[in-house]
Amino acid sequence: MVAIAGHNIYTGLGFGSRAVYDRVRAGSSGLALREGTFGVPEPFVASLFDRSAIRERFGDRDGAGTMTPLEMAMVLSAEDAVRMAGIDASSEDTIFVISTTKGNVELLENAPDGGDPRLALWHSARTVASRFGNPNEPVCVSNACTSGICAQIVAKRAIEEEGYTHAVVIGADMLSRFVVSGFQCLKALSGKRCRPFDRERDGLNLSEGVATLVLTSTGTGIGVELEDGCIRNDANHISAPSRTAAGQTAAIRAVMDEGRAAGLAFINLHGTATLYNDSMESVALHQCGLDGVPAVSYKSIFGHTLGAAGVIETVISCLALKERVVFPTPGYRECGVPYPLSLSEDFRPAAGDRFLKIMSGFGGINAATLYRRTGDE
Amino acid sequence: MSRIVSYHSITAEDGNLIALYRSLGINYPKFFKMDRMSKAGFLAAEAVLGQAGLRNEEPKDDVSIVLVNSTASTVDDIEFQKTIGDQEYFPSPSLFVYTLPNVVCGEIAIRNRILGETSFYVQERFDAAFLVRAVRWAFADRSIGKVLCGWTECLAGDRVCRMMLVERDGSGGTGFTEETINEIFKR
Repeated sequence: MVAIAGHNIYTGLGFGSRAVYDRVRAGSSGLALREGTFGVPEPFVASLFDRSAIRERFGDRDGAGTMTPLEMAMVLSAEDAVRMAGIDASSEDTIFVISTTKGNVELLENAPDGGDPRLALWHSARTVASRFGNPNEPVCVSNACTSGICAQIVAKRAIEEEGYTHAVVIGADMLSRFVVSGFQCLKALSGKRCRPFDRERDGLNLSEGVATLVLTSTGTGIGVELEDGCIRNDANHISAPSRTAAGQTAAIRAVMDEGRAAGLAFINLHGTATLYNDSMESVALHQCGLDGVPAVSYKSIFGHTLGAAGVIETVISCLALKERVVFPTPGYRECGVPYPLSLSEDFRPAAGDRFLKIMSGFGGINAATLYRRTGDE
Repeated sequence: MSRIVSYHSITAEDGNLIALYRSLGINYPKFFKMDRMSKAGFLAAEAVLGQAGLRNEEPKDDVSIVLVNSTASTVDDIEFQKTIGDQEYFPSPSLFVYTLPNVVCGEIAIRNRILGETSFYVQERFDAAFLVRAVRWAFADRSIGKVLCGWTECLAGDRVCRMMLVERDGSGGTGFTEETINEIFKR
């Protein structure tokens, strides 16, 4: 069994899973209209870090002079999760798996020829892992918006196939002129707080975030295991989901069976609030016979934190599973997808011991992970 | 043990990727819209899958793609950054979509209807041992029988692409090991 032993979320909303969970439980969201941020011409809605607060929290730890705010936030997040798990992160039995889409891409502004070594994703991964004295080369997963759950799948396989005892999975992405401009030119962003699955939805909100999950093969951790995971391509389009939802359907079917479906407390959707993503997810769940299961998207709470999203959302879902609640999906009022899903703007009680998490992204990629409550801490 | 079914390299010495495309007699107009890394990966995959008799549009739900490089999409990132200057601001969607390295996996999957897993990793340098590990992870998915794997780098002057098709179980042929991978790509 691969259990979750430690976790941390670090966003503009706060530091620490419990702190962030309690704030969103109380209705907070860091999403706000940003005008002139990063010097992009159009305003956008996002939850952002205070970079000086990251530096302050990092203090005079080693590397303070050369590390970027993204890397500092990764170290801080991982330190907290490792402490909670009580593992030895410097051991050769521990592997680091990093999920990020754009890393330190903002450094291109001052190094337009790409000459800053910190632009390399492997460099950030190594910088972070070496802060813990870990002797293994970290694994750096770059699977677009699914990276955060793909990294968990890779970590589980490294534990099961290669005999590592623990894996430290860190998801991290920051916003920049680069990332915001790119999504704006794709016309993917909403000018308001996003509304997943709603009729009025008109795009996503980008955000910043960092999160860590420590997975272990020893013990039951916090009482939630990563039971299964699957990645599938729909071979349809590099930047649009398949209308038939074939890839997402295949990924879900690979991790579900009748018994597991009967025990589902909820489904944690990708739910970016773009027209095509949300429609595709509804088709996939309908095809799997899961459209009646309580479902939630956290994108109208946290925004889309790209490489961090899969890790942040997994942590929130684990805490919700333990507390036996399904989170609300703020902004969802009227169904706007082909097959209605069970979404709500209110908290609901959760019955069942499992949750399914799904994500999809550019490159035609889809992923699904399944988690099970195994007991109490 | 896993064995190597077929392999191919595309190097800087192969010259212009469009000329190479033409010389191979391929008819796939989407090729011209691809970024450099996707073009190289696409051509290497054409060769590798062609040798294995899998270069076609039959759905392949038991084939996965695992690719690795060092610079992710930095070459495209540099180009995109040029389009978002203060004076000249004209970000292009067709450029932005290639600023994710795993898109090359998607291009190959679309062309050949590969419906298994696609995974992209970033490592400092080509490392046969890592490729063996990453393919082992892909085979942890029990429904996958073959993995198209390799290294796709597109910096000028570098050997751009080393790709091979690996079969989960098999006898004969070349075993998929660190030693055989290094031997093959040294040639």
